Amino acid sequence: MTLLDAPLGKTVIIIDYRGGKGVYSKLRQLGLTPGRKVKVLRYAPLGGPLMVDVGGRSVALGRGIADRVHIEVR
Amino acid sequence: MRFGLIGQPNCGKSTLFNQVAGYKAETGNFTGTTVSFMESKVRLLGDVVDVVDLPGTYTLAGTNPAEREVIKYLTSNEIDVVINVIDASNLAHGLAMTVELLELSVPMVIGLNMMDEADRLGIHIDVKMLSDLLDVPVIPMIAAKGRGIQPLFTQAYQVGKTNRMPEQPRFSSDVELAIKDIQMKLAGLNSHLNLRALTIKLLEEDESIVSEILIKKPDLQHDLNRVMNTLNQQRGRAVDWIISGERISLADQIAGQVIVRGKRKITLRDKLDDILLHPIFGYFTLILILYLFFQGVYSLGGWIEKPLMIYFGLFEEWLLTLFSQGDGFLTQILVGLIQGVSGGVAIVLPYLIPFLIGLGLLEDIGYLPRIAFLMDALMHKLGLHGKSILPFILGFGCNVPAIMSTRILEDKRERFISATLTTMVPCAARLAVVFGLVAFYLGPVIALGIYLFNLFMIALTARLLSKFMPETSPGLILEMPVYRVPTFRAVVNKAWWRIREFIVEAWPLLILGSIILAVFNYLNIANFFNNLVLPISWLLGLPKEVGVPLIFGVLRKELSLVMLGQALGSMEFSQVLTPVQMITYAVFVVFYIPCLATMIVIRKELGARSMWHITGINVLIALISGLIARLLAMLIF
Repeated sequence: MTLLDAPLGKTVIIIDYRGGKGVYSKLRQLGLTPGRKVKVLRYAPLGGPLMVDVGGRSVALGRGIADRVHIEVR
Repeated sequence: MRFGLIGQPNCGKSTLFNQVAGYKAETGNFTGTTVSFMESKVRLLGDVVDVVDLPGTYTLAGTNPAEREVIKYLTSNEIDVVINVIDASNLAHGLAMTVELLELSVPMVIGLNMMDEADRLGIHIDVKMLSDLLDVPVIPMIAAKGRGIQPLFTQAYQVGKTNRMPEQPRFSSDVELAIKDIQMKLAGLNSHLNLRALTIKLLEEDESIVSEILIKKPDLQHDLNRVMNTLNQQRGRAVDWIISGERISLADQIAGQVIVRGKRKITLRDKLDDILLHPIFGYFTLILILYLFFQGVYSLGGWIEKPLMIYFGLFEEWLLTLFSQGDGFLTQILVGLIQGVSGGVAIVLPYLIPFLIGLGLLEDIGYLPRIAFLMDALMHKLGLHGKSILPFILGFGCNVPAIMSTRILEDKRERFISATLTTMVPCAARLAVVFGLVAFYLGPVIALGIYLFNLFMIALTARLLSKFMPETSPGLILEMPVYRVPTFRAVVNKAWWRIREFIVEAWPLLILGSIILAVFNYLNIANFFNNLVLPISWLLGLPKEVGVPLIFGVLRKELSLVMLGQALGSMEFSQVLTPVQMITYAVFVVFYIPCLATMIVIRKELGARSMWHITGINVLIALISGLIARLLAMLIF
C-alpha cells in the first residue's frame, strides 16, 4: 500500500520508501521518513499532487513520488 | 567568544540574528565554497561576542555543500557555543536535528522559538523537562517580538564560560552494538569529530568521512561491511535509514514526553486552504488573485507610464530644437541617451515596482507554493512544474519582471524552458503592434486569431523543448508554509534589493544599446539594416523597408510599429501594406528577438549562453510562425 492509496484524512504510518537516494534525502529533510505518522489532507484535481500533513507541517508531493512511499494503516 | 546559530529553515533563526545584529553585520563565505553565512558582533554582559548565523539545514547528513560546511564549522574550534533554534510548533521535527547536534558533543543551548505559534496550535511544552531530557539549557522565546533573547544569550555565555558538553544520545541496543564494534577499531585516531560521532558518520556512509578515514585505516572497510551487513539483515533496511530512523524516534519520544496537547485554536488561517486549494473554488480564487495582481500592476503601470513618456517626448523635442544648429551627431547621442533612460524609467517605475511589491506579498503570505500545487497537473502536460505558470502570466504585461520571476524555480532546465516560453508571450508593447496594425485595419477577430495562434505555438514549443531536455526531477516535493501576515519592512526591502539590481546591472546596458542604435541612425545606414534583414523580409513577402523598424524594435517593441510608418512613408498602413503583409509582420513581431531589456535580464538571470540560445530559438520560431501566418493569411485574403 502506498501513500496514493491512503484514505483521505486518516493518519497512516510510513513504513518504507522505494526509490532513488536523491528523492529520499529530500523527503527525509521534510520529515517523511519510515516510522513517521502522516495524513493526506487533499488532492489537487486532474492527477495533480497531494498535500500531506507531517507532524503539523504541510508538504505537497507529486503522485509519482507518493506512489513510492509505502504506508500502513494502524 | 563565538556563538553559532543553527536551525532548520523557517525556524526563525534569521529573525533572531536580525534582532541582535548591528548594522555592521557582514556576509562571509566558507573558504572555497559559495556557502555563505552572516556574522556580527554583539555586546553581552560587558563583553563582546561574535554571533554567526549559519545556513539553515534540515539535517546534518552532509548530502549538500551547506550541510557539510555547517558540520565542519561546528566541530572546528572556531565556535564556542552552538545556539540551536527550534520552532516550538514543530518540536519533534526540530529535535531530530538537535539529536544530531548532541552527537557532535559541543557546548550548546536551545532557543525554543515561536512559543506563541505553538500556543495557538495548542502545543504546551514542559521546558524544564525538555532541558533535563536533553541535558541542555532550553530557553523559551519569541524572536519576532524580541522576547527571550537576552536570557538565551546570557545562558549561552555561561555555557561558553564553563565549556560544558551535553551527554551524547543513545540508540537501540543493536545499533549501539554496531557503534561500539567500530568505535573500538578507531581508538587513537585523530579527527575533528569525536570518535562516537565519527563512527556514526561512517555507518551512515558519509562519503567525505568514509574516504578520509579509509585512507588512514584501509582495513576498516572489512569491519564496516561486516557490521553493516549484520544490521542490514536484522532490520531489512539500509543502515543510514536505520540511523535516521533512530534519531527520529528518539526525537518523537522526547517530544511526546514534554508536550501537553491542549485545544487547537482554529483560526481563519487553518480554514484558508479549504478555499484556496479547493478543487473548484481554488481555481476561481487563483484566477481572481492573478487577475487582480496583473490588473493592479499594469493599470497602475500604464497610468504612470503614459504621462511620463509624454514628458520624456517633450524633453526630447526640446533638446532637438536646442541643438538643431549644433552638431547632429551629438544630438543623436543625446536622443539615444534619453531613449535609454526613458526606456528604463518606463519599465522600472511603472511595472517593476508594483510588480515586485505584489510578488513579495504573494511570496511572504505563502501563496506561491499553493499556485504550484494547483497548477502542477496542467503544467506537467507541457513538461513543466506548477510554479512555471507565474512567469507566463506576468509575461503578458512585461517580459522583464516575468523573466525575473523564474527565480522561484529551483531547477535549471525548468528555468530555461520557462524563460524561453515567457519571451514568446506577447507583452503590452507587442499588444500595441497587434492592435495598431491588425485589429485596427483587419478587425478584432483576426487579432484574436493571432493570440490563439500564439498560445498554440507556445504549447508546441513547450512540448518540443521538454522532448529535447527531458525532465530530470521525479516530481514535486515542496513544503507548504503556514500562511503568515507579511511585514511591510520585509516586502519593501526585498523589492528594493531587486530593483537596485536592475538599475545597477541592466539599465546601463540598455542606455548603451540605445546610444549605439542612435549612432547607426545618425550614420544613416538604413539601407544597411534593410539589406541585413533582407532574407527575412523576402521570405515573409514583406517590403524591404521593414528592416529598420524590426531592428529598432529590439530596443522597444512599440518602435516596430512607430518606425514602420516612418520607413514606409505613411502611417496609413492599409495603403502601403496588403492584409497578408500586415498579419505576417504582426506575427513575426510577436515572436522574434526579445527586446533589449529582456535580453539583458535573461543574461543576468540565466547567463549569456541562455540569452543567445533563447534569442536564436525566438528568431527560428518567428520565421516559422511568420511563414505559417503568411500561408494562412493568403488562404483568407
